[in-house]
Amino acid sequence: MKKRVSEKILMKGNEAIAEAAIRAGVKAYFGYPITPQSELLEYMSAQLNSRGGVFLQAESEVAAINMVYGAAGCGERVMTSTSSPGFSLMQEGISYIASAELPCLLVNVQRGGPGLGTIQPAQSDYFQAVKGGGHGDYNLIVLAPNSVQEMANFTYLGFDLADQYRTPVLILADGALGQMMEPVVFPDYDIVKNKVDHSSWATRGKKDGKQHVITTLHIEPEKMEIINNHLQEKYRDICDKEIRFEATKTDDAEILLIAYGLSSRIAHHALELARDEGLKVGLFRPITLYPFPYRQIRALTKKVDSILTVEMNAGQMVEDVRLAVGEKVPVHFYGRTGGVIPQPEEILEKIRAISIAPQMEKIF
Amino acid sequence: MKQEIVIAGFGGQGVLSMGMTLAYGGMVENKDVSWMPSYGPEMRGGTANCTVILNDEKISSPIINSFDTAIILNQPSMAKFESKVKPGGQIIYESNNILTPPTRSDITILDIPANKEAVKLNIKRVMNMIILGTYLGLNPVLKIESILKALTKVLPGRHHHLIPINQQALERGMELATQPTIM
Repeated sequence: MKKRVSEKILMKGNEAIAEAAIRAGVKAYFGYPITPQSELLEYMSAQLNSRGGVFLQAESEVAAINMVYGAAGCGERVMTSTSSPGFSLMQEGISYIASAELPCLLVNVQRGGPGLGTIQPAQSDYFQAVKGGGHGDYNLIVLAPNSVQEMANFTYLGFDLADQYRTPVLILADGALGQMMEPVVFPDYDIVKNKVDHSSWATRGKKDGKQHVITTLHIEPEKMEIINNHLQEKYRDICDKEIRFEATKTDDAEILLIAYGLSSRIAHHALELARDEGLKVGLFRPITLYPFPYRQIRALTKKVDSILTVEMNAGQMVEDVRLAVGEKVPVHFYGRTGGVIPQPEEILEKIRAISIAPQMEKIF
Repeated sequence: MKQEIVIAGFGGQGVLSMGMTLAYGGMVENKDVSWMPSYGPEMRGGTANCTVILNDEKISSPIINSFDTAIILNQPSMAKFESKVKPGGQIIYESNNILTPPTRSDITILDIPANKEAVKLNIKRVMNMIILGTYLGLNPVLKIESILKALTKVLPGRHHHLIPINQQALERGMELATQPTIM
């Protein structure tokens, strides 16, 4: 073991994920460099091999996710990380991993798209992250950190949830969270205590004479439907138990901001500016994007007059907010795209406009 | 107290490490801090900048668009950031690198010959620490001991023998803060 740090240190979000993953006992990391995520891969390449794991730079994202598929099949803690275009390349493999019910941790440090796009921060992979992304009826557990500290915390949490539900877990961050430095303290993590026994299904050689097969091909539709029913049952269980969110100043709020990840930090600043002007603004922040806190948002419609969703995209999570809210209160949207970060003052401007005329925006 | 600072210049002038030293120093004093580097197109065009926030309370947004202080080390950065300093704020700039000085009259403007001073100390690379010293001289938000402690974290081990010269540079910068050309 090379370097153990338990005091508060200043670190990039990308590095915090890598350090937390190593502390969580990640056995293998496969990846391919892409800005703004590369520090994660660099950190792994510098440290993982001497700290109990295997680092391997794959020839592409497609190869990396299939290496994850294989290694996860052995029942070990494995992960990969990438940024938006790379995450698109991984979708086929992720669908296979979800179907085969293999635990692993995925990280998408988003950049502006579509296409090769820009290397600046964005949140435009929301749909891809929470609605499947690859083919077939599957979901990932999607965690959205909004600080470097949470980048570390959610890495531990992500591995634990992946093991518990035998499902891939995604940390959906963005370029700013990956690149910025903030103080971080790594909580103690007991690898032995948190170890989940995967010996009933993992492919670890025929030592006990029992063959374990991992496949996603079930040519008979009836069998495939049984697998689908089982997956859906698991997702319902996840939706019952794993919703996480944070509510700030919602008690007396008239206008409710809804934002996740970096947007929630900027929205929080806008909230402070608005409160200084006497505007009663609250902030609701989904921490799990899947499962999405529909019920919790719906409950808040009894209190607030209108909702403003803030995202770094053209309007994606706002669809889930509208699904939660229905026609109960007007839902507004403010977003910037292509790697442009919305400024607190711009959000404040929108809040002011809503406070004067809180009617419904035309969607189409 | 909250301080929002942007540091901007060419790559190689020590822009990012100056910001990191400041942020680390803030953390040593148990402030909440954030350091946000430019890593996008501007980096690839040869300029670099970073935003540092020091706050006694929790920092809400690490993304900010106006600053209490802008430390400017080249002309393109002056064009970009002069207008983004809050009224009553300050610009500290490096004399040699700025041909067209800022023109605003609602902020404090300081012109520091940090390059020349660094040459006097026989090590040009400490130019950034001279400017940082000036910033701390004008804004006593952190103790110099905290900055020195920060340097042990920011500088790789092989450069730790340079900490005394960095200290000298910081102190020289602080002296300059008391005798600047205020416009």
